[in-house]
Amino acid sequence: MDLSPIWLTLKLASITTVLLLIVGLPVAWWLSKGRSFFKTIIEAIITMPLVLPPSVLGFYLLLAFSPQHGLGKWLQDSFDIQFVFSFKGLVLASFIYSMPFMIGPIKSALQQLPASLVQASYTLGKSQWQTFKSVLIPNIKPSLLTAIVLTFAHTLGEFGVVLMIGGNIPNVTRVASIAVYDSVERMDYAAANTYSLILFAITFVMVISVFVFNKYQAKSPLE
Amino acid sequence: MIEVTIEKNLKVYQGKQVLKISRQFPPGSITKIYGPSGAGKTTFLKTIAGLISPEKGKIVINGIIWLDTVANINLSPQKRMPGFVFQDYALFPNMTVLEHLEYATDDKDWINRLLLLGKLDTLTDHKPTHLSGGQQQRLAILRALAIKSKLILMDEPFSALDPEMKIELIAELKIVFIELDATVLIVSHNPVELEGLVDGELYLA
Repeated sequence: MDLSPIWLTLKLASITTVLLLIVGLPVAWWLSKGRSFFKTIIEAIITMPLVLPPSVLGFYLLLAFSPQHGLGKWLQDSFDIQFVFSFKGLVLASFIYSMPFMIGPIKSALQQLPASLVQASYTLGKSQWQTFKSVLIPNIKPSLLTAIVLTFAHTLGEFGVVLMIGGNIPNVTRVASIAVYDSVERMDYAAANTYSLILFAITFVMVISVFVFNKYQAKSPLE
Repeated sequence: MIEVTIEKNLKVYQGKQVLKISRQFPPGSITKIYGPSGAGKTTFLKTIAGLISPEKGKIVINGIIWLDTVANINLSPQKRMPGFVFQDYALFPNMTVLEHLEYATDDKDWINRLLLLGKLDTLTDHKPTHLSGGQQQRLAILRALAIKSKLILMDEPFSALDPEMKIELIAELKIVFIELDATVLIVSHNPVELEGLVDGELYLA
């Protein structure tokens, strides 16, 4: 039994989640502060993967990063970076595709905090960063955990977008969801069942953990 | 001397109202601000603190310009650092009583004194959810005092305190205000609670 698709999936989900956490936190904070037309446009772009068919997103990523022309050719010629049919491409696609799952819950949680918390911190002489680190982040822990788990779980289940930009290359782009599809195509139902069961178990444990943790945290007055 | 001249548009139901204030507050004075709901009392305090920007105005605190809309000067709340007691307390749910004060100052002796003053010395490891309304309000006052600001802005700071505690705390605060040489602006709805504490009044219509 080849377990490499499972390890590759976990690696992809971990990298995507960490990258989105680093980028998503400041973006969510920025979006949570006031409204403007520009912010509405950015938010709409970030939310698009929620409603866009994954194959459409994958198709455009494939076009954009094709080494034959445009941006993909420039990246290939200038930096020797190729996103199409590579693990890097999977990370890029997952990053874009899972963005709303990281940014959405964090932004909502930040917006629900009373504005006076930030104001109180500022009048104590604390910078925006100190306020973010010491006041905002600790008070949105349940939502932060939800965002992390949703992003990770969503990346585990990606299929269309990953298949479009990554294909089905063993040990490189053949993640678990593609391995399930591939096994069924080959009529190898035992392998498909094993991959599916492992994915099911991982996702179930993660979702249960979030519910348990957030139930405990619900004692917070901000919930 | 604290000189405040501001003009700020207030959003009111079905229309606009302009908050216009021009007033000087002598150093070390304690002024009561009162008036009907929606008159702009909280907005006035937040404007001085730099949390809200007025359309026009100038704020000079002991010779330092905090705001001058003509000269395009507008110091951030972090640079102004007034002691501010928020009407909703604005306590940090993740911090204990002690952590609130440690977040504001490194001065351990001052923290211990404040804890005694607010009678919270036995509750240092309690988070806001485990404090009564009166205890939360006292913590909000102590946190504002912790930074030893020369300007203290208090928005309904005694509304949740029982009469006995209120009298005791006000007497203690009076000493602390003199010690800090602080100018204090207190928003209050209660016509009698600040008797003997304040030496001036500002009515906002």
